[in-house]
Amino acid sequence: MKRRGSPWTGLGAILIKEMADHLSSVRMRLLEGLVLLTAIGTVFAATQTLRQTIGEDPFLYLKILTSAQDPLPSFVAFMGFLIPLVAIALAFDAINGEYMRRTLSRVLAQPIYRDAVLLGKFLAGIFTLGITLLALWLLVVGLGILRLGVVPEAREVGRGLVFIFATLAYGGVWLALAMLFSVVFRQPATSAMATIAVWLFFAVFWEILAGLFFNIISASASGGPETELALANFRLFLSRISPNTLYSETVLALLNPDVRALGPVLITQLEGAVRGTLLPLSQSLLLVWPQLTGLVATVILLFAGAYVAFQRQEVRA
Amino acid sequence: MSAIIETQGLTKHYGPIAAVESLNLRLQAGEVFGLLGPNGSGKTTTILMLLGLTEPTSGWARVLGEDPLRNPLEVKRRVGYMPDSVGFYDDLSARENLRYTARLNGLSRSESESRMDEVLSGAGLSEVADRPVATYSRGMRQRLGLADVLLKRPQVAILDEPTMGLDPEAAAEFLAMIRGLRSQGIAVLLSSHLLQQVQAVCDRVGLFHKGRLVLEGSVEALSDRVLGGAYRIVVEASGDGLERTLGAVPGVVRVAQERPGTYRVEAQQDCRAEVARRVVAGGAQLLGLSLERATLDDVYARYFQEARHEA
Repeated sequence: MKRRGSPWTGLGAILIKEMADHLSSVRMRLLEGLVLLTAIGTVFAATQTLRQTIGEDPFLYLKILTSAQDPLPSFVAFMGFLIPLVAIALAFDAINGEYMRRTLSRVLAQPIYRDAVLLGKFLAGIFTLGITLLALWLLVVGLGILRLGVVPEAREVGRGLVFIFATLAYGGVWLALAMLFSVVFRQPATSAMATIAVWLFFAVFWEILAGLFFNIISASASGGPETELALANFRLFLSRISPNTLYSETVLALLNPDVRALGPVLITQLEGAVRGTLLPLSQSLLLVWPQLTGLVATVILLFAGAYVAFQRQEVRA
Repeated sequence: MSAIIETQGLTKHYGPIAAVESLNLRLQAGEVFGLLGPNGSGKTTTILMLLGLTEPTSGWARVLGEDPLRNPLEVKRRVGYMPDSVGFYDDLSARENLRYTARLNGLSRSESESRMDEVLSGAGLSEVADRPVATYSRGMRQRLGLADVLLKRPQVAILDEPTMGLDPEAAAEFLAMIRGLRSQGIAVLLSSHLLQQVQAVCDRVGLFHKGRLVLEGSVEALSDRVLGGAYRIVVEASGDGLERTLGAVPGVVRVAQERPGTYRVEAQQDCRAEVARRVVAGGAQLLGLSLERATLDDVYARYFQEARHEA
């Protein structure tokens, strides 16, 4: 049986309302303040060292993002840590919060489909993340211009924008996961804890588990260099199940044009390679294409899961 | 007159439990219909199916001629729904909450502002419209809920437990607002477990029991049918052997002593004059005599008493 009327009806209204909520909520202001402080701190520290080496590096504005200065980690490392938190904070009570306030059945009694509610909330989260990231990156560039006195080149801007997109996709994974849990669990506290647990699992424990698992497998395997290569690839496969690995590989290749491969490279593959040359953006993009696609696909899968769960749910207030 | 809401064999099962069982309902234009019954008897499930928020297991429903499953947007555009214990965004003001509803209904900005003023003053909330809803009392929230329903100028208003949790004064105020809807030509379907409160506003009522609509009709018709057109006379008197005296009055079916000095007499006709005469003639002191109108509570209690006896 086909239902009539567009599922997009009311999407705009929900998007605007949710974004207004996000941008004015105390929760988001706190997190944005935190992100801002760390960003300024790391960039300031990074420019401190870079000032001495201006002219030696063709990608100054990428170096700002990646260079770490003890005891501060790099800007990118901080983002990899904070963006999931921001994303989770944006969505962990998206649906069950409406249940708690008993507003969901009133909203769904308006001439809209449920699709619009879920998609509107998701897009509002993505846009909020996007605005935050874009503002942050512009701030970094501005700070760089002030401190270093060099204007960023087009290729740096290009790589920066792709980096923002990748970070958005990575944040989207946690946003979609938090949203899925907000549909599945009736208590916002439960969904928040569950999402943070999954995040911690991938951030801390997955590498350990993957290492253990790999050791068990590789102990029983023996053979020539082909087995070695297969094992190395298997090890990579294991760690790439985690979205954190996908993201860090993406960032590594995007922000370091001299990175040519994200895995084991055979000596034969290096034949004829000119050492020390930098990859153009298109080639770097080609390198991280699988990782980037993987991140986006994870977002879509998680959102689809949330969608199905939400459609089947009884909306009794 | 055409039916505004019509259901035929509407059934909803949750696993082995039947929430609503083959419901046939017809609601005429401009009518106030009360869906009455204890908690968990299937009232809210029925409402959700009428709005297309839940799929029926079998049977069908038509609301304003539309199928709520196939064309829920059109149904929801013309039907206002107030859920039980309606919720609002607490940190927003009443006006902002209504503005959100107006946007979801696709109203233009100028149109929604003028309608908002109209429904807010109708609900008596104009003064406090810019205060956050968190500061509202239960009664104010409920009135805001009705304003929210009226914002889209519905042809039908479905109100789920509209008087629940209200003090008697606020409830009476709210019921007066519902009566106001009828004079505007809006059909109202309301559900409640507080029979006595709603019998005053409903043209017709349907009594729910375990998912089935067991009785339907106007309050008078129902009490005639279930109570057998009985008159209940409450006699306050002091003296001896009153029970026998009262029982001997022609037409009296049953006499029961409620507490010392108060008797409840059930009779086939209004025999108050005869009762008074005999009580006084018997040497007792007559202190009070009144005819009690049958309430829905009596109908309900009696009906289920009998149903239980039969079972």
